Amino acid sequence: MSILGTRVVRTEDPLFLTRGAVYTDDLTDERLTGALHATFVRSTVAHGTVTEVDASAAREAPGVVAVYTAEDLGDLQPVPPPLPFLDAGFSRPWLVPVGGRVHFVGDLVAVVLTEERYQGEDAAEAVVVDVDPLPAVVGTAAAATDETVLFPEVGTNKVAAFGEPAPDDFFADCEVVVTRAIANQRVAAAPLETRAASAAWGEDGRVTIWCTNQGAQQAKGQIAGWLGLDAEKVHLITPDVGGGFGAKIGADQEYAFVAWLAQQAGRPVRWTESRSENMTGMLQGRAQDQVITIGGDRDGTVKAYSLVVQQDCGAYPRIGTVLPTLTMLMAAAVYDIPKVHAQATCYATNGTSIGAYRGAGRPEATAAAERAMDLFAAEIGMDPADVRRKNFIPAFTEPFTTASGATYDSGDYTAALDRVLEAAGYADLRAEQARRRERGDARQLGIGISAYVEITGADSGHGTSENAELEVHPDGTATVLTGTSPHGQGHATTWAMLASEQLGIPVEKITVLHGDTDRIPDGGGTMGSRSLQQGGAAVHQAAVELVEVARKRAAELLEANPDDLEVDLANAGLSVKGTPGTGITWAQLAADEQLIVQTTFTANAPTFPFGAHVAVVETDVESGKAVVTRLVTVDDAGTIINPLLAEGQRHGGIAQGVGQALLEEILYDEDGNPQTSTFADYPFVSATELPSFELVEMATPTPMNPLGAKGIGEAGTIGSTPAVQSAVVDSVAHLGVRHVDMPATSMRVWKAIREAQKGSTN
Amino acid sequence: MIPSQFDYVRVSTVDEAVAALAEHGEDAKILAGGHSLLPIMKLRLAVPTVLIDISGVEELNYVRVDGDHVAIGAATRHHDLEKSEVAQAEVPLLPHVAARVGDPQVRHRGTLGGTVAHCDPASDLPTALLALGATVVVAGPGGRREIPITEFFLGFFETAMEEGELIVELRVPRTGAGGWGYEKFTRRENDWPIVAAAAVHLPDGSVGVALANMGGVVLKAAAVEAALAEGKSIEEAAELAAEGTSPSSDMHADVEYRSHLARLLTKRALKVAAGETEASTAESTAA
Repeated sequence: MSILGTRVVRTEDPLFLTRGAVYTDDLTDERLTGALHATFVRSTVAHGTVTEVDASAAREAPGVVAVYTAEDLGDLQPVPPPLPFLDAGFSRPWLVPVGGRVHFVGDLVAVVLTEERYQGEDAAEAVVVDVDPLPAVVGTAAAATDETVLFPEVGTNKVAAFGEPAPDDFFADCEVVVTRAIANQRVAAAPLETRAASAAWGEDGRVTIWCTNQGAQQAKGQIAGWLGLDAEKVHLITPDVGGGFGAKIGADQEYAFVAWLAQQAGRPVRWTESRSENMTGMLQGRAQDQVITIGGDRDGTVKAYSLVVQQDCGAYPRIGTVLPTLTMLMAAAVYDIPKVHAQATCYATNGTSIGAYRGAGRPEATAAAERAMDLFAAEIGMDPADVRRKNFIPAFTEPFTTASGATYDSGDYTAALDRVLEAAGYADLRAEQARRRERGDARQLGIGISAYVEITGADSGHGTSENAELEVHPDGTATVLTGTSPHGQGHATTWAMLASEQLGIPVEKITVLHGDTDRIPDGGGTMGSRSLQQGGAAVHQAAVELVEVARKRAAELLEANPDDLEVDLANAGLSVKGTPGTGITWAQLAADEQLIVQTTFTANAPTFPFGAHVAVVETDVESGKAVVTRLVTVDDAGTIINPLLAEGQRHGGIAQGVGQALLEEILYDEDGNPQTSTFADYPFVSATELPSFELVEMATPTPMNPLGAKGIGEAGTIGSTPAVQSAVVDSVAHLGVRHVDMPATSMRVWKAIREAQKGSTN
Repeated sequence: MIPSQFDYVRVSTVDEAVAALAEHGEDAKILAGGHSLLPIMKLRLAVPTVLIDISGVEELNYVRVDGDHVAIGAATRHHDLEKSEVAQAEVPLLPHVAARVGDPQVRHRGTLGGTVAHCDPASDLPTALLALGATVVVAGPGGRREIPITEFFLGFFETAMEEGELIVELRVPRTGAGGWGYEKFTRRENDWPIVAAAAVHLPDGSVGVALANMGGVVLKAAAVEAALAEGKSIEEAAELAAEGTSPSSDMHADVEYRSHLARLLTKRALKVAAGETEASTAESTAA
């Protein structure tokens, strides 16, 4: 029986649950003996001109070895924005000099090196920084006016623009047109492990950098580039990583800084940020203001749809600048709409920079499309499930290209919706809702539906390729090297299953290694739900190739015809056909000569997982508080290799979506001061706010890889966010409410009810 | 997220604590559970140079009947209060509210005296104590004195304690089976309340009502109490809940919404106390 598709328990967990993982801050590597601790001095002002940086008192503080200000940076050049088409004027200095501008609370002004970590906090406090404040630009609307320009040398806050305005007659043939401004708010990735890096220079002139990230090879390339180092001089190691959610893609400037500081000080340097530092310093996500317009006929046919995005890029534009292009690509979502228009403009603001966050551009497309469908359904008085069914792309097995230009591999959106509605008991839910409305209960029921399709395994800097190396050792164990970069997903288990499937070597005898650039110089890391469909497929391919290498060698040793040999899984080797146990094991072959395969798998194209979610909420209409009581989901990610891990990805994703829908939002005051920089203020979702999830199975294999697997890491978030938001709106729809922005806090819901009761449909 | 340097003194009696406070002066802080103090020290909002740890003072850890009162030692942990059979029988509002504080970790560390001394306007147990009309017993260089809780909370993180004093006991009336209700409104179950309301039927026949997070300190809903004393209905009385309050406006709630919640939660707490409706349990489990 195949091991694939079975619930193999995570091999990582015994260590994680007992000894604990070894995160960057836990490292006891001897190369870090005697390391100094770096503490950054950050701007407490969002926007202003630095008038003074006085480190003299800090230099005298206990334990201080050195304090660096912008005057002490030598040849270090500001880091240019990461995309070639962006104006170099958006470059970020390593430390903002006197006369220069700070651009967000958290911008770097100085750095202190101390013998002990606690001394760094005291010394950093002793660095005097004076800033002459400028008006802060908070949000895209303020940025768009250019009344205050962040980078005078650029001359505008506009960072990039994609697409053209819709033609005037875009909705001319529609009986009904609904338009609405909605927010896809700024949220924090908030991984449990904050950012951390350590660096030590060897006598060979090479630097070893340990840092928490989602792809060692990309991080190494960035750090070498920023520091002007020969890439061969950099050895980057990724220890265990406690969550990333996209915000740990690539390197952050602080990581490179640690390497530079270690070189300057002639001693190893360590850095681990605090949670407060993380909540302003780490890339954040979403941050789109959208205007959606949907038009069609009263029979439910949608004829035209427009999505206009204003993207907040934060202070120094980074990868968040291009995420709206993914939103635009996926604008048509699961719908066969004849005309789809999408356009985006990106702005610099005095907030934390925006990057990828679980879904990264696609959830924003889904949320917009699903809100549009709900608004259209409400306007024409049709059940939202029926409106969706009427406009779905019909089931397809050959690639389908949408009006917004994406080519989907395979999908059956009607089936996904039908399954989830049936599992949820949709008709019964609507009946219960009607009874409660009839009775005027204080607790009203809301039912939210979302249907989604997303793109996974898209080119995120490494094409659609991934590498794998597989070696069987003479003792019968095997080692897999992968260019993917697990940070909680469970690759060590799944990649071992894929090798075990071909070789018969038990999972516990297969070690999976990643994140060491000396051993694995090339790799794409883990992001965009690419790992299984590319990295896993590469491991599968390596195992298949290894069997063929072994077959040739075994044939020689056994003096047999290669074609007469077959894989003997029970004995982890090859046997003469029909006579198991008579052949030779992989271990014996490896003892004879190294048995190793290196391979690259390249997918023809990305894949497009899809699904449908039903969320049920109970809303206390007197207080406005909504509580999620059920979440029923279909998340079709093609063939499932390990259901246990796939469900884990769905669970985490669904929960994170609920967090955005109901609770989470990074807020600034009018001066750009963060209002949500501790976990007392920033409410990520916890178990007490969640029901047990009801997961419905559906698997439509993709032809894009031999495993038939699509991505599953982000799907749950993409589906659950609009479903929960929609459920909250639905729970008070009978009171006249049409829309509540995310997060749908109790105050927002209560105010929406009040506005609606005043007569104006909100 | 690292506190400034401080000294640590562990005491085992109240006398030692009073002596230590006298020795170290105004830069000293009493440490009990530490779940309020240590976070603000990590954020450097408080920078005491000496911490006097009273968590091992056994004489401050008790819940017992004392005449017409229940006496509770200041170092009694929330969890112990929650599980106390004496408290459950004599003043059931308090163990109920103790069970709603934070999360299990907080409840196993936090102490009743600590939460009163900290004087956070959003605290659960001080709200309940205020509704109950508790008495705060403090010890200092001049011996012990009693302060009615209505005179104890002076302002934002400011109490009627003088320098060198610490709380040693809370005295609350024995309400027995008299009705009570506590309505706590949070974003998430383990968060601080956006607003909370406590209502309790007292032995003298009156109804005590108090509110959390409707001003710089926990507040008596005096207008509500007066209306009830005049025989007004629960609905009529609860409409007055926001009178005399000065709620802040923040990202969770503006003044208008907080005032609405005060009225709504007061009405619900009063109805529960009157036996008209059942208590809202942890809202997230409602299904």
